[in-house]
Amino acid sequence: MKAPTRWDAVCTVDDLVPESGIAVWTEDGPVAVFYLPHRLPALFAISHHDPISGANVLARGITGDLKGEPVVASPLYKQHFSLRTGRCLEDESVQVKRYPVLLDGGRVRLEVPCEQRQTSAA
Amino acid sequence: MSKKTLIVIGNGMVGHHFLEQFVASPAAEDFRVVVFGEEKQLAYDRVHLSEYFSGSSHADLAMGTADWYTENRIELRLNEAVTRIDREGRKVTTDRGDYAYDELVLATGSYPFVPPIEGREHPHCFVYRTLEDLDAIRASARDGKSGVVIGGGLLGLEAANALKSLGLQAHVVEFAPRLMPVQLDAEGGSLLRHKIEELGVQVHTDKATTAIVEGQDARLRMNFSDDSHLDTDLIVFSAGIRPQDTLARACGLEIGERGGIVIDDHCTTSDRHIHAIGECALWDQRIFGLVAPGYTMARTLSSVLNNDEEAVFTGADMSTKLKLLGVDVGAIGDAHGQAPGARSIRFNDEQAGHYRRMVISEDGKRLLGAILVGDNSHYDTLLQYALNEITLPGNPETLILPESQGGAPALGPDALPETASICSCHNVTKGDICGAIDAGCSDLASVKVETKASTGCGGCSALLKNVVDSELEKRGVEVSKDICEHFPYSRQDLFHLVKVNGIRTFRTLISQYGKGHGCDICKPTVASILATCWNEHILTTDHVPLQDTNDTFMANMQKNGTYSIVPRVPGGEITPDKLIVLGEVAREYDLYTKITGGQRVDLFGATLSQLPEIWEKLIAAGFETGHAYGKSLRTVKSCVGNTWCRYGVQDSVGMAIFLENRYKGLRAPHKIKMAVSGCTRECAEAQSKDIGVIATENGWNLYVCGNGGMRPRHADLFATDLSDDGLIRTIDRVLMLYVRTADRLQRTSVWMENLEGGLDYLKEVVLEDSLGMGAELEAHMADIVSTYQCEWKTAVEDPEKRKRFREFVNEPEKKDPVQQWTVERDQRRPVLESA
Ligand code: SRM
Ligand SMILES: Cc1cc2nc3c(=O)[nH]c(=O)nc-3n(C[C@H](O)[C@H](O)[C@H](O)COP(=O)(O)OP(=O)(O)OC[C@H]3O[C@@H](n4cnc5c(N)ncnc54)[C@H](O)[C@@H]3O)c2cc1C
Ligand code: SF4
Ligand code: FES
Repeated sequence: MKAPTRWDAVCTVDDLVPESGIAVWTEDGPVAVFYLPHRLPALFAISHHDPISGANVLARGITGDLKGEPVVASPLYKQHFSLRTGRCLEDESVQVKRYPVLLDGGRVRLEVPCEQRQTSAA
Repeated sequence: MSKKTLIVIGNGMVGHHFLEQFVASPAAEDFRVVVFGEEKQLAYDRVHLSEYFSGSSHADLAMGTADWYTENRIELRLNEAVTRIDREGRKVTTDRGDYAYDELVLATGSYPFVPPIEGREHPHCFVYRTLEDLDAIRASARDGKSGVVIGGGLLGLEAANALKSLGLQAHVVEFAPRLMPVQLDAEGGSLLRHKIEELGVQVHTDKATTAIVEGQDARLRMNFSDDSHLDTDLIVFSAGIRPQDTLARACGLEIGERGGIVIDDHCTTSDRHIHAIGECALWDQRIFGLVAPGYTMARTLSSVLNNDEEAVFTGADMSTKLKLLGVDVGAIGDAHGQAPGARSIRFNDEQAGHYRRMVISEDGKRLLGAILVGDNSHYDTLLQYALNEITLPGNPETLILPESQGGAPALGPDALPETASICSCHNVTKGDICGAIDAGCSDLASVKVETKASTGCGGCSALLKNVVDSELEKRGVEVSKDICEHFPYSRQDLFHLVKVNGIRTFRTLISQYGKGHGCDICKPTVASILATCWNEHILTTDHVPLQDTNDTFMANMQKNGTYSIVPRVPGGEITPDKLIVLGEVAREYDLYTKITGGQRVDLFGATLSQLPEIWEKLIAAGFETGHAYGKSLRTVKSCVGNTWCRYGVQDSVGMAIFLENRYKGLRAPHKIKMAVSGCTRECAEAQSKDIGVIATENGWNLYVCGNGGMRPRHADLFATDLSDDGLIRTIDRVLMLYVRTADRLQRTSVWMENLEGGLDYLKEVVLEDSLGMGAELEAHMADIVSTYQCEWKTAVEDPEKRKRFREFVNEPEKKDPVQQWTVERDQRRPVLESA
C-alpha cells in the first residue's frame, strides 16, 4: 500500500527562479524545486541533500540537459542528478529522492510523505 | 659483480643529453657515472644563451637540476676540468686528483676561434660562448657606447643583436664580401645586410682586421688592411668555432687534419674505450656545429654502451632556420648548388624583402638545397622535400612563389612518408608519432610527452601539430573543439558569434547556434563570454541560472554548503580602520578568519542568508567584492616597493593598486593573478603570475603567462623598461587577446603554450601589432573598465536580487541541520559527518 502523503504548499511562483532552483524546508527534510520554463513539465523537485558531499546544496547547482535528460549538477563535486528520477548519472548506485510537484494557482505544491495522524488532520 | 665506472668529460648540452639517455637504459645498472664540467654551472641551454641578456637566469636555461643528478646517482663534479687522460692506466687527472674509468666519453664541445690579430688580448675583447663570457660583456658594456662583432656568421649576428640589446651601437665586421657566407649566396646575403642595417646595426664587409690598438674616440681602435679604422668600446670575436680536442691530442687519439676527435659510426674514437660526441667529434671528416646532430650522437652512444650493434650514427642534416635580429633566415642542404648539374630557381621580391632560392638536381626531380631570407614560411615544406627526397612537382617554382602568383600550398602532413623526420632535436619521425598515437596518445600534449618531439629547440612545433591533428583525424578520433553536446563550437567560436551577432542572452545563442537546454559546461562559459562582451550584472534574470554557484551567490561554497567572503584589498594595502571592520564583522558572525595566499583576508562559514547582510556592512566600510569566486582577476600582489624598502626602484604598491582597480571585474576563461615587485629581488613573486611586473631603474619589465598551482610555470619576459602607459597598454592587449581566444578553464600559461607560434607570436600580435587589432583590444578593455560595478553593491541594493539569498524560501529562520560546528584554535570550524 502506498504510504500516506499530502500536498504541501511550499512557496509561490514568484519565489521560483527561471532555469534554476530554490530550496524549501518540508517535513521530509530539505527539497530543491527547479523551474525550467522552456520544458514540459516545467517544475521538478528532488531532495536538496547532496549524498556525495553530505551538504544541502543541490538547489544551487546549474541545470541543463544531458542527452535529453533534465539534470542539475551538484555545485560541490559536479555530479549530475536526473531531475525526473533523482538518479546520479555518474554513479548508478546513488539516488536522491524525487517529489511530485505541481502548480496550484500561484502556489507550488509538493507531495511529501506524512505520518498517519497528520493525514486525518489535513 | 662490482660496478664499472663511466666518466663523462664535459657537462654541456650534448653531455647532458647523453646522461639523460644513458641513465634510462639498462646499462645504467652496471655503471657508476662520474661527470666533470669545467664551467661552474650545471649544463645549460647554450642555443638560447642570448636570452641571458633578456632576463633569463642560469636556472631558466639549465637543462636539468642538481637533484636530478642526485636522484640518478650521477656524481657531478663541476668547476673541475680534466687536464690529462692516461689511456694505459685508464684514468683521468684533474687538479683535485686521479679518477679511474672503464669507459670514457668526451663531450668537450668547442671553443671560439680568435684570429691571431695583434692586440686581441685587450681586456675589452671577448668571445661569445658561456654564461661567464656574457657576464663579462655585460660588465664591459655598462660604460661603453659602441661594440663590434668580428665575424658576420650566424653566431656573430646573434652577438650583434645582444650588443644592441645592451644599449650599444653595434657593428659587424666580416672578412668575406657578404654576411653568413657559409649559408647564404650573394643575393641572400645582401638582402640580409639591408634588413639588418635597417635595424641600426652597421655592417662592414670585405674588412680584414690587422690590429687592435688604443682608441681615440673610444677605448679601442681596429685597424683594417685597407687603411681604414673603426673606434669601439668593446670587441666580440665570433670568427668560428674549433673542436675542443686538446685532451684527445695530448693522449694520442686520432685527430682530424683541421682538428676534431675522429669517431666511427659508433661514436668511438681510435681507442675503443674512449668515445666522443657533440661538437668535439669529427665524423666522416665533418664537424657538426649544431645541437641536433650532437643529440643524435648522444643517443647512438647510449645504445652502443648497451651493446646494441645496430646503433650507428649516419650523419645529420645541417639545415638551419633562424630569426636573426628579427629577420627570418633559412638554409637547407646544398644551398650553394655544389652538386654536379644542380640548377637553381630564385624568387626575389625586393619590395617585401623576401628572397628564396631552390637548388634542384640535374633531372629536376629532387630538391637538394634552399636559401630563404626574410620569410621562413616555406621552410618546413622545402625541408621535407629535401630530407625525404620527395619527388618535386612538374613546376617546382610553385613551391617558392607566393600563392597569389600560383604558388603551391604547403606540403600537407599526409604527403610525408613514415620516415619523414619531424623533430630533428629528438629524432622523431612521422612513424614514431603514428606509433605513439596507436599506443594510446590522443592529443598533442601526450604525443609530446611520449616522443619528446618539439621539446628541444621548438622549431618543429607547428609541423608536429599538423601531423598529430591529421593522424588523429585519420583514425576517426574527433579532434573536436566542441565545448559540449549543446554547441558544436569552441569557446573562441562562441565568443565570435556572440560579439559579431550582438547576442546578449544564453537562450538566443542556444536557439540559434546550439541544441537542447545547456549544461554546467556551456552555461558558465557563455556567461563569461557575455560578461566580457557586454559586462551586465551577473545576477540579472537572464544570467543568474548560467553561473556556477560561486558566481550566483558571489562567494565560494565550502564543503558544508556555507560560503567564504573575500573582500578586495587592492595590492594588499589596507588601513588599520578597515582591518578593524573585518575583525568586527568576523566576530559578529563568528566567521573563521584566515590570511590568504593572495594578500587578503578570507572569512569563512557564512550561511547563504547572511551573505547580503555581511556585505552591506563591508560595503558601508568601503570594501568591494574580491571576485574570489569568479573566473576573473583575483589579486595583484605587491611588495612594499621604494616607499619603504631600501632597494625599491619604483612604487610597486601604487602600480599594483592601479592594476587591480583597472582589471577587477574583467571576466575571463579562468582566473587571473598578477603581482608587482619593486626591484629584481622579486619579493612579490611576479614571475609566477599570469601577469608579472618588476620595477627597473627605467620603468617596468613585464612578464606574462606564469602559473603557480598544479603545473607551475615561470612567466616569460615579454617587454622591458616600459613606461606606466606602455605597461598598461601592453597588459590591456595581452589580457584582451587571452579573454577572446583562450579555451574554457585555460590559464594564460596553457593558452600561450597552445598558441601556434607561442610567445613569439604573442609578441608579434601585442608588441608589433601584426594583426592590426591593438587599438580594438585596447578599446574593448577601456569599455569594460568604464562599465565596472561592484556586483555585491548592486546586489544588496536590489530587493529582487536579495531574494535569491534565502536558504529555505518558506522558512527564513530555519538553520540548516547538517551544518555542525566545533571550535579549533579558538575559531569555529565545520564538522561534517560523511553522508
Ligand atoms: C583562500 C586561498 C587559500 C588560502 O587560504 O590562502 C585559496 C583557496 C582556494 N583556491 Fe587557490 N586559494 C588561494 C590562493 C592560491 C594560490 C596562491 C596565490 O594566488 O598567490 C594559488 C597558486 C597560484 C596560481 O593560481 O597560479 C592557488 C591555486 C589554485 C588552483 C590551481 C590553479 C592552477 O592553475 O593550477 C585552484 C583550482 C582551480 O582554480 O581550478 C584553486 C582553487 C581554490 C578554491 C577556489 C577551491 C574551491 O573551488 O573551493 C579555494 C576557494 C577558497 C575560498 O573559499 O575562498 N586555487 N590558489 C587563497 C586565496 C587567495 C586570494 O586572496 O584570492
Ligand atoms: C650563442 C650561441 C647560439 C647557438 N645557437 C644555436 C642554434 O640556434 N641551433 C643549434 O643547433 N646550435 C646552436 N648553437 C650551438 C650549440 O650550442 C652547440 O652545438 C652545443 O652546445 C654543443 O654541445 P656540446 O655538449 O657538444 O658542447 P658544449 O655545450 O660547448 O659543452 C661542452 C662542455 O664541456 C666543457 N669542457 C671542455 N673541456 C673540458 C675539460 N677538459 N674538462 C671538463 N669540462 C670540459 C666545456 O666547459 C663545456 O661546458 C649555439 C651556440 C652558441 C654559443
Ligand atoms: S622586491 Fe625589492 S622593493 Fe620590493 S620589498 Fe623586495 S627588495 Fe624591496
Ligand atoms: S626540431 Fe628542435 S624541438 Fe623538434
